[in-house]
Amino acid sequence: MSSLLSIEGLSVHAGGRALVTDVSFSVAPGERLGLIGESGSGKSLTALAAIGLLGDGLKASGSVLFNGKQVIGARDRDLVPLRGSTAAVVFQEPLTALDPLMRIGRQVAEAVRRRAKRDGRPKDDAVVMREVFSLLDQVALPQPERIAQSWPHKISGGQRQRAAIAMALACRPKLLIADEPTTALDVTTQAEILKLLGKLVSERNMALLFISHDLPVVANAVDQVVVLRHGRIVEQGRVDKVFQQPSHDYTQNLVSAARSFDDALEIAP
Amino acid sequence: MTDTNVITASPEGRARRSPTFTAGAIIVGLHLVLGLLTLVWTPYDPAAMSGGRLEAPSLAHWAGTDRLGRDLFALIMIGSRIALTVGTGAVVIGAAIGITIGLLAAFASRAMDDVLAAGLDILIAFPTLLLAMLIVASSDGASLWTAIVAIGIANSAIVARLTRILAKRVLRMDYITASRISGTSWLGVVAIHILPNIWPTLLVNLALQFGLAVIAEASLSYLGLGAPPPNASWGRLLQEAQGTVYTAPFGAVAPGIALVLLVIGINLLADGLRDIADPTRRRRR
Repeated sequence: MSSLLSIEGLSVHAGGRALVTDVSFSVAPGERLGLIGESGSGKSLTALAAIGLLGDGLKASGSVLFNGKQVIGARDRDLVPLRGSTAAVVFQEPLTALDPLMRIGRQVAEAVRRRAKRDGRPKDDAVVMREVFSLLDQVALPQPERIAQSWPHKISGGQRQRAAIAMALACRPKLLIADEPTTALDVTTQAEILKLLGKLVSERNMALLFISHDLPVVANAVDQVVVLRHGRIVEQGRVDKVFQQPSHDYTQNLVSAARSFDDALEIAP
Repeated sequence: MTDTNVITASPEGRARRSPTFTAGAIIVGLHLVLGLLTLVWTPYDPAAMSGGRLEAPSLAHWAGTDRLGRDLFALIMIGSRIALTVGTGAVVIGAAIGITIGLLAAFASRAMDDVLAAGLDILIAFPTLLLAMLIVASSDGASLWTAIVAIGIANSAIVARLTRILAKRVLRMDYITASRISGTSWLGVVAIHILPNIWPTLLVNLALQFGLAVIAEASLSYLGLGAPPPNASWGRLLQEAQGTVYTAPFGAVAPGIALVLLVIGINLLADGLRDIADPTRRRRR
């Protein structure tokens, strides 16, 4: 199976400083890959570089083949259609991921309309709104009609994250990038969102690039992991293998830290 | 009134609940009505001697007469029209230039942004009066248009700087990145996300700029750099009444009151607008 996203020797520099160095991995359709590491290890930068959305002053080198197209060095204008039909992102903080001055329904509708325009499908209001309600329903939001009419600040954090996922799905992406999607949520909501993401990914045969520093979350959400530290890959492989027999010191530390945290929770009354 | 009701209220409903907006709207509306009325009717011919010289306010002449015996109330009404014309023109020019430059700077590369920001700083440091003199000197002479253009350009620098800062703050948000990833072009991002998000603050600022433009117009006219006669600007009425301020104080007081009222009205309107334009503000009430 040819891979959807294939990264070879990716490096990201800011001025003279290397933030990501020589990172290589690939994601095939239907595959779920976790990018893990501590804060500042270059996880999000790697994901942004993969879709050509690095900020000002950041330079990427190496090779990123995304849906068969070279991203590094490509003009933004050429990347817009590629991104629109291929990738979507779910962010860590659902409040900043939603436009505060737009009702939920309209935000999702914008995404639906963009996608419909690209596919040349009809985009009259009735069709768009039906799809919006269907998407809100798929992410298990109660009373889609009411949510669609709500402002982002009027619904809960978990509901916002579901709305953000609905927006991402509206793009019908082949690759879903989830950048710490559960970090800002409480534990119960975390589990629900993870279950939802897993279900949607397998139903739609999407590839998932899951970015997190939370090992138990990653272990449940993905098949393959890439462990990053200071912008370099220290270990990669199947998630069960990496977590059960970590070969690198850093991964061992991460795993044992997560274990002792879990143990502490179990001992506690 | 519960929070939910306020949130779901229409903009019109919210306007009714904002007393500052209502007060501002009444004052500005009064000026607007009087100013527009001068196009078809004034109590006396503003150029004709309709009474004695320097008369005090009376039933016949509500604001008295000036040193040529012209009716001051008619002149002040025309002054409203001039002030509103210059204010509107200056704000339109200032907004058009300012928002464009501000957005360009927000999207520009760092070097280009620095150049634009430095240019704006220089323009802001440049006094409006000096700018107006330069524009008057380089054209056929003072007219309503030179005043509008000079004040508009001075406005644009402030609007541009505000737009740049506001747009940059919005640009850092995840929903912009999400929108970009889903394939929205930059122009689309501006239309769908940036303008709606910076609009409330910008609108309030534009209203304040309107008030400043009215004052700037009066200053220019006072110095003879504004609209030339026969345009009866408040600034020129003040300047003409200056010589007789001890014998007929009301000649200087009346245009002053008109000016202060309009500026206060505009500021109240701006305050009220902020409450109405921004739906996220009301949850903090």
